[in-house]
Amino acid sequence: MTTPVEQHKPEVESVGSEDHPWLTVVWNDPVNLMSYVTYVLQKIFGYSREKATKLMLDVHHKGRAIVSSGSKEKVETDVAKLHAAGLWATMQQDS
Amino acid sequence: MRGWRRRGEQVVAEVDRQEAAILRGLVGQVLDMLAAREQDAPDDELAELTGIRVGPSTAPDDPILSRLLPDFHRLDDDKPSKEDLDSAAALRSLHEPELLEFKTGVAQIVMDTCPPDGGQIHLSVEQADAWLSAINDVRLALGTALDVTEDMPDELPEDDPRSSHLGVYHWLTWVQESLVTAVSS
Repeated sequence: MTTPVEQHKPEVESVGSEDHPWLTVVWNDPVNLMSYVTYVLQKIFGYSREKATKLMLDVHHKGRAIVSSGSKEKVETDVAKLHAAGLWATMQQDS
Repeated sequence: MRGWRRRGEQVVAEVDRQEAAILRGLVGQVLDMLAAREQDAPDDELAELTGIRVGPSTAPDDPILSRLLPDFHRLDDDKPSKEDLDSAAALRSLHEPELLEFKTGVAQIVMDTCPPDGGQIHLSVEQADAWLSAINDVRLALGTALDVTEDMPDELPEDDPRSSHLGVYHWLTWVQESLVTAVSS
């Protein structure tokens, strides 16, 4: 089964010295279902099932995965959407 | 319930009276918790004037609510920086009202579409998405209360006070899994 591939490229903003993009991190938790996390990542970010599955497996095996990046405003919006879906997400500046 | 099925543009299932009562009862409890948190929002004359809602700047003390309404930064690592603490407080008060509204909305859709005495449930894909979020919230709440771990057994020893509730948790897991499969097919 395939779905349209629509991948977000990180939007790197250049604002003076603060040109580090922000990262959206999803953390592993014992409740969220693997199938649900994959579904949510596809729905929110428009990722292909393959890409969403890979990110979900990273969360599951490595404890966390960076699921999007970009300006602070963009990442803030992404985290808010993930919270609405019940995923444990936070944001941090790339260092 | 024998699981969700996709029927054209609809997702359908049938629940019996007891299943409907369990679902509505748990979703209702989440609604009550969200409503109680909403009462904690600061009374702000400025917010009343501008119409811009402001939520509390600190995380809920209750572990269940705090899981449903997470911080925007990781603050549990050894010693969070003041910058992260301030930013998390600001982001929470900015976004929490919207998040509470969303979670209340999806829970309400379950209450509106799940027949109290059991029976057929017909959902649009949008309503099915709302159900997924609402059931997930209930599982997060139960999972936190039961201190669920990733390798939770199907059954706990009988003398474990959590054993009778774990069956409900596993049932909801199955309901959600079946609904994800139906909406993604």
